[in-house]
Amino acid sequence: MTSPVSRGFHRLSRPGDAQAGKLPPGQHATTDFPVLSAGPTPHTPLQEWSFSIRRGGKTLRTWTWPEFMDLPAETVTVDIHCVTRWSKLGTVWRGVPVPALLNQVALDAQYVLAFSDGGYTTNLPVKDVTGGQAWLAFDYDGQPLPPEHGGPARLLVPHLYFWKSAKWVRGLELLDHDQPGFWENYGYNNYGDPWREQRYAGD
Amino acid sequence: MAGTAVRRRLSWVVATVATVTDETDSVRTIALDLPDWPGHQAGQHLDVRLTAEDGYSAERSYSIASADGEPVAITVERLDDGEVSPYLTQELRPGDQMEVRGPIGSWFTWGPHDGGPLLLIAGGSGVVPLRAILRHRQRSGSNVPARLLYSSRSLEDVIYREELDQYRGNAEVRYTLTRRQPPRWDGFAGRVDDAMLDRIAWPASQRPLAFICGPTRFVEAVAELLVARHYPESRVKTERFGGA
Amino acid sequence: MALDGNAIGGLLLEIFAAEMTSAEATCAACGAVRPVAETTVYHRGPGTVVRCRSCTSVLMVISRVRGLNCVDLSGIEVLRVRPASG
Repeated sequence: MTSPVSRGFHRLSRPGDAQAGKLPPGQHATTDFPVLSAGPTPHTPLQEWSFSIRRGGKTLRTWTWPEFMDLPAETVTVDIHCVTRWSKLGTVWRGVPVPALLNQVALDAQYVLAFSDGGYTTNLPVKDVTGGQAWLAFDYDGQPLPPEHGGPARLLVPHLYFWKSAKWVRGLELLDHDQPGFWENYGYNNYGDPWREQRYAGD
Repeated sequence: MAGTAVRRRLSWVVATVATVTDETDSVRTIALDLPDWPGHQAGQHLDVRLTAEDGYSAERSYSIASADGEPVAITVERLDDGEVSPYLTQELRPGDQMEVRGPIGSWFTWGPHDGGPLLLIAGGSGVVPLRAILRHRQRSGSNVPARLLYSSRSLEDVIYREELDQYRGNAEVRYTLTRRQPPRWDGFAGRVDDAMLDRIAWPASQRPLAFICGPTRFVEAVAELLVARHYPESRVKTERFGGA
Repeated sequence: MALDGNAIGGLLLEIFAAEMTSAEATCAACGAVRPVAETTVYHRGPGTVVRCRSCTSVLMVISRVRGLNCVDLSGIEVLRVRPASG
């Protein structure tokens, strides 16, 4: 049975839609910034915050917030694409490129599993968090990243669907073999390239 | 028999708008023509699905504003940055169609056999299912004592005011206005707090049954206050709407 | 902001072909027993995550993958559902 059309109803059109040329398949542009999460917003105080790189149960290196703030940071303007079909173009972030952290450990792994406060995880190939493609972001739009958007720091990996940009990230686990994270375990694509519309497992 | 009833509620059915009634500047009640409606309990809601010409569809849930036996109606508050509520409160006309699924819900429902005394606490548009409870209570001739405490920003934001003002006897409605009060206002002012509950909440010893509905923060603050007054958690039923 | 299990009554009706909001769920992590209606629900994301209101552990995850509902109930120790009556 096809659904009847509700006369006069249409998707909310937003000014951003005009830039449709830059959108991956199945996406539409939005000018707001939806807050989507899988759990309560953590509120880790900065004096308790740390970021760690781990391997095989051992912590290889940890940064406190002041140590993290001492690392070289850059401001980037990127487009972000959520698997729920909204995209936000031209978002401005400030963050530490992930290699600045990975370079401080013996990097002999092929994959990472990002882990966050609250238990969220997501997996990525190491080559997708290096080469100018990923940051540990702490500012959004010129302001400190608010908690509802993943503050104090989140992963930013704009070339993949935004569930890979783990909010409230606290570290990376180095792995020899790929291991699915939270949404990857529940039917979402292991890699998540929006330009090839890799939303679900098997796409 | 039961299987048929469930199957009927499971599927999306086409509803036709019968009437639209503006309750306030931003709130509208929509009465629907729903063939083969199985009836519903007070407190239940409908899932509504709208489909655009290009195939885009959006789903939302709305509490049923009417009592069983009355035409099925929902009351919708317009959210300025919303996608569905501006359409429902401003564009929709009698004769238009939407898809509906339901009625849905079995926990946040009340019928006379559930007893009381009833304490209903509403924040903003959270009054909708509680109004259905009061209407059902009245239509069924129930004598269960009931009190509604309705928190609104201002008097202009109060939905169903004329109807609610008519309750007498052992059904009582009190308002609290949080942002603006009219001159010579004799109701409550400000957020629901212990002092207000001291004056309106049944003591726990009477084993009251409470229903709280509204924005998440409102519901959780009020639920905490009731549990602190020794209302058992199992007798404090909550329904959270989106927003603050 | 988080909602509660009432918000997914329709989704659960679709999955279980039964009214599930009154079903009592025992949290596998902390043992708290609550009706599904009173659980904490996060549903504006790739999927719907239902958490224990007491300890925030995940009770259920529901994702919709190519039109099929994918349901993980492993966070629930026991689910007690009253049969639908006449």
